[in-house]
Amino acid sequence: MTTTDDARLLHPPRTSLTKLAVYGIALALLAWSWHGAEIRPEILVKDAGNMATFLSDFFPPNFRDWRFYVQEMLITVQIAIWGTVLAVVAAVPFGLLAAENIAPVWVRQPVRRLMDALRAINEMVFAMLFVVAVGLGPFAGVLALFVHTTGVLAKLFSEAVEAIDPRPVEGIRATGANPLEEIVYGVIPQVLPLWISYALYRFESNVRSASVVGMVGAGGIGVVLWEIIRGFYFAETCAVMIIIVATVSLIDVASAQLRKLFI
Amino acid sequence: MNAAMPTDKPAIRVSKLSKTFKGCKALETVSLDIAPGEMVALIGASGSGKSTLLRHLAGLALGDDGTGSVDVLGTRVQSRGQLASDIRRTRSRVGFVFQQFNLVGRLPVMTNVLTGSLGRVPLWRSLTGRFTTEERRLALDALDRVGIADKSWTRASALSGGQQQRAAIARTLVQKAEVILADEPIASLDPVSSRRVMETLARINTEDGVTVVVSLHQVDFAIRYCPRTIALKKGAVIYDGPSAALTPSLLRELYGSQAEELGTGVQGSASFVTGLPSGLALAANA
Repeated sequence: MTTTDDARLLHPPRTSLTKLAVYGIALALLAWSWHGAEIRPEILVKDAGNMATFLSDFFPPNFRDWRFYVQEMLITVQIAIWGTVLAVVAAVPFGLLAAENIAPVWVRQPVRRLMDALRAINEMVFAMLFVVAVGLGPFAGVLALFVHTTGVLAKLFSEAVEAIDPRPVEGIRATGANPLEEIVYGVIPQVLPLWISYALYRFESNVRSASVVGMVGAGGIGVVLWEIIRGFYFAETCAVMIIIVATVSLIDVASAQLRKLFI
Repeated sequence: MNAAMPTDKPAIRVSKLSKTFKGCKALETVSLDIAPGEMVALIGASGSGKSTLLRHLAGLALGDDGTGSVDVLGTRVQSRGQLASDIRRTRSRVGFVFQQFNLVGRLPVMTNVLTGSLGRVPLWRSLTGRFTTEERRLALDALDRVGIADKSWTRASALSGGQQQRAAIARTLVQKAEVILADEPIASLDPVSSRRVMETLARINTEDGVTVVVSLHQVDFAIRYCPRTIALKKGAVIYDGPSAALTPSLLRELYGSQAEELGTGVQGSASFVTGLPSGLALAANA
């Protein structure tokens, strides 16, 4: 090796022009978005006094109506339970039909696009639509979570199916089994722990979502939250927020324990 | 023993079967007949087409378009690269034993063995897992026969390799298979387990009259357990005759430098086979 080569190798290669251009574009993007999002940090300083007053309105939290809040929180959890269970039931066939190693392309692709659509639209949007369709109340929330979660779980379920070991399935096939029997005996036992784990994750996140879909009238604690915020009852708002945080943490811990059981 | 089938009809008939994988010849116009009740070894170096041939016999792989056919138990499995429409019925009469056992690891051994009856059980019962006491009895008897009845409710993945392979054989017993195709069933096993598995297969062959075709890496096992050997090289049959005639010199003649790969399996271990009463392998629990 010649000495000139050595000298060149002592330093890292020069950053290419394309890379520099990418950094430039990233900076420009940030500046442009700053403008569009009307970011004005000076307000945080100028109105600091107002904000302190506002914040002090939250404390001490007012738990006078706690029975009502807890009751609505339970409804929220119930919305999440049914929204998730219905989604799991629907995601099993859709997840299988979206898997490369199960369904032919002419089934797989339409199913995948349908699931993409369900996933792309937020629960809140579905909630607003279902409030119009089935009226105000928790059922609209259940349907909203059901539809969106089906899209999410079907994708996760199908990815789990695509990662299975094909050999046990072939072992079942060699006994003269029907394709449905191959799935029930060869595929599902392999993916079940992962499916349960995904379903529990979605249940946790659905408890969070369920407390928000209430804001558009789809039942539960969200409805309460929306009304007291609009009425400037900040001490009550604080109490409700504490109850939501406590419930969500509790469910996170419980479902983490449950998940361990299955793996 | 009780070969109930008419002896004029071969249990397995392969005619002019060829298979090309991406321009590479895996099977080269293979033709052979195997009579009911035979126990045949299929030998050859790795890549010689043993597994490919067995998979074609069970209709798990398809031959080249336009040539060749496979018939098992008098029924068409495939011809000219097309699978027969009633393949599932034929497969239910043919047991397949895989090198990697192909059990469902998370299911109990009992459930794995019960899947052998899927070809007979109506769909609504199999999908809901409602096996009758009679079917469970059959599965337990099969597990008892291969010597692992005490492991019935253990997860298959918790078993040793040899036990898993015996569970896989029990699955073919529940199938009431008339033909067992075993694809390198002992290639992943230690010598003791290998012997047990081969003894089990040989016993099923002699006691039930089941036709057994077993692919092996090691000629010693072929000579020991199978009266007839079919040797493959580069996808073609290069020897088909009595196993006893497979002398080291003939093997060298057939395989040249590859012969070593086939001969070293049970080197210096002739005593271990002869010293074992044939029933012991089935009775012993590991």
